[in-house]
Amino acid sequence: MINFNYTIWILLLPFLMFLFLGLAGHKYLPKLSGILGTCGLAIITVLSYITAYKYFFTSEKVDGAYQKIIAFNFTWLQFTDKLHIDIGGLLDPISVMMLVVITTVSFMVHIYSLGYMKGEKGFERFFSFLSLFSFSMLGLVLATNIFQMYIFWELVGVSSFLLIGFYYQKPSAVRASKKAFIVTRFADLGFLIGILILSFNTRTFDFISLTNPAGTAIAQGTGIGFLGLSIMTWSMIFVFMGGVGKSAMFPFHIWLPDAMEGPTPVSALIHAATMVVAGVYLVARMFPIYAIAAPVALNVVAYVGAFSSLFAAVIACTQTDIKRVLAYSTMSQIGYMMLALGVAGYGGHEGLGYIASMFHLFTHAMFKALLFLGAGAIIHAVHSNYMTDMGGLRRYLPITHITFLIACLTIAGIPPLSGFFSKDEILAAAFHSNKLLFAVEYAVAGLTAFYMFRLYFSIFWGKETNYHHEPHEAPATMTIPLIILAIGSVVAGFIPFNKLVTSDGKILESEIEMMIAIPSVLIGLLGIGIAYIMYKKESAIPDKLASIFKYGYKWAYNKFYIDELYLFVTKKIIFRYISEPVAWFDRHVIDATMNGIASVTQNVSFRIRGFQSGQLQKYAFVFITGAIMLAILFIYLWK
Amino acid sequence: MSSGIPLQYFLILATIMFFAGVYGFLTRRNLITILMSVELILNSVNINFLAFNRYLYPHKLEGMFFSIFVIAVAASEAAVAIAIIINIYRRFTTINVEDVNELKY
Repeated sequence: MINFNYTIWILLLPFLMFLFLGLAGHKYLPKLSGILGTCGLAIITVLSYITAYKYFFTSEKVDGAYQKIIAFNFTWLQFTDKLHIDIGGLLDPISVMMLVVITTVSFMVHIYSLGYMKGEKGFERFFSFLSLFSFSMLGLVLATNIFQMYIFWELVGVSSFLLIGFYYQKPSAVRASKKAFIVTRFADLGFLIGILILSFNTRTFDFISLTNPAGTAIAQGTGIGFLGLSIMTWSMIFVFMGGVGKSAMFPFHIWLPDAMEGPTPVSALIHAATMVVAGVYLVARMFPIYAIAAPVALNVVAYVGAFSSLFAAVIACTQTDIKRVLAYSTMSQIGYMMLALGVAGYGGHEGLGYIASMFHLFTHAMFKALLFLGAGAIIHAVHSNYMTDMGGLRRYLPITHITFLIACLTIAGIPPLSGFFSKDEILAAAFHSNKLLFAVEYAVAGLTAFYMFRLYFSIFWGKETNYHHEPHEAPATMTIPLIILAIGSVVAGFIPFNKLVTSDGKILESEIEMMIAIPSVLIGLLGIGIAYIMYKKESAIPDKLASIFKYGYKWAYNKFYIDELYLFVTKKIIFRYISEPVAWFDRHVIDATMNGIASVTQNVSFRIRGFQSGQLQKYAFVFITGAIMLAILFIYLWK
Repeated sequence: MSSGIPLQYFLILATIMFFAGVYGFLTRRNLITILMSVELILNSVNINFLAFNRYLYPHKLEGMFFSIFVIAVAASEAAVAIAIIINIYRRFTTINVEDVNELKY
């Protein structure tokens, strides 16, 4: 048995860093705080790598399967003997993998931010928030029980809120942060309800006993039904609702594009690589329950994922803000991961989708962080978010150009880059279980290649734009993370995920199925080809196409009016027909009653306060009169 | 032992003194005069104690002791009251009780 006690420092270090930078950073070391935060992250990155190495290669396997290890655990809240909430660290293949993903991307983003945020007001505040985020995200993945996960889930939401609203003097950033917080919070309400139903049924919070496929917890509540579905299914659907909110799946996706108001490194870290995959991680964490006890809920996961990925891919083709294109692309890729989980089963060859999902999560974290950081470098150079202001940048930003191209090829699924392997596994898993979903994802693969290369060609090729001042390549602190992540995106595909991260911890033999791999590469190339024709040189084709599909284009450009629909529902229906009558009742009935009581009291006391005159002799007169009256009463009337 | 003065005379004297004291307490505005009125009230009670003790229970001494006790209390009360009056004078530069009316609504 290997000792994993030291993993508690992976949690504690960023938290201490957050406290230190947040409280003392501003006063003592505003310049040093960035380097300090980065060093802290470097230490936990190394710790995570050591943990991953020890876990995957030296820990004992039982029956050929990786075991779940409790690295540390202590009781935080003890209500009764049975009901207690623990804080701990659970190591299993997915949490160890997430440790590596989070610390790597976070470390890269820290280094990048040293250059990107240099000279910004609130430099040390930025780094303390980044530390807070790293702490909460690591706590989320290490959670030993569902309640701890919920706590850190909310902490992640808070740090996301703080970082989106980092430029708090910009009204749009403030609006975006509020929107993100409220939308995800609303979804988390579902998560909480799910937790309560689930734990009430199974009498436990603990992940190990919850997800033990042979355990008793998993068999609870399957018999009791409500509206045709078992209680277990309902609770898992509610839990998934939390994941839908955090992972920006339809219909709770509306916060993600607006969240791009935050600084670009934040978008890379939180809204591309780590926090938004928390929903996928949640489903993966509870996967045995989904697969064994609640297959209907798992179907919901699959269809929500598939719809979101298609929906977002269509919108991404029409957007002109590069960060928004990337945001929709993130949503689309997370849809892929959800779908892969949704079509998977527990154990054996059925578990291919599970592996594919985790694999794609890993590779996506690398290349999407790379894309965002590249976009940051471009924005840094051009001072605009819009593709229309860019063009021909390949001459000015050579390093960014190459790394961005690698990332685009990766996401388009061109072999031998990592995106090819993970996407191929997802398509294979979908193909074997549901042909409709496979068809959707196949189309999305083409769309993905198209919109990514639309982005790439319009930024780096396309029309020659006259810039006010010559764009220049970003400093080394920004290009080095780009290069490292680019290397990561290239080689991540060769990590043998089927041996390391599987649904039941056992090795699953699988190979690339040429039947699926070849067509998926072909459609990727087709997408790239169309983008090449349309955007390589300035051409009239895009405008022409837009005018042919006038309404379709307009709908997609306006994101299918989902935001407007929400506004309509909230403002015109909920506010007008529910909130306003309630407010009227509150103001005119409840408040009025209370105000009435208060004003009666006030009037009466205003009238009678004259008695309290402060004139000593008046008091004495009253007292003596009273005494005499009492004396008379007792002497003559009290017989 | 009983001299020519009947008990009723003492009681009438005490009653007159008591109500004179009450009247003075309620009507006079000068704090010193009010204090004097209080002394009158106390002394009227003393007279009652002594008269009852003398006429009704001539072999006991409780009435005497009580009146001595009252005199002692009255003396200390006068000391405290005058200290308060001096402080009031310093604070308000008056000892008119009508002007000392800050403790009110």
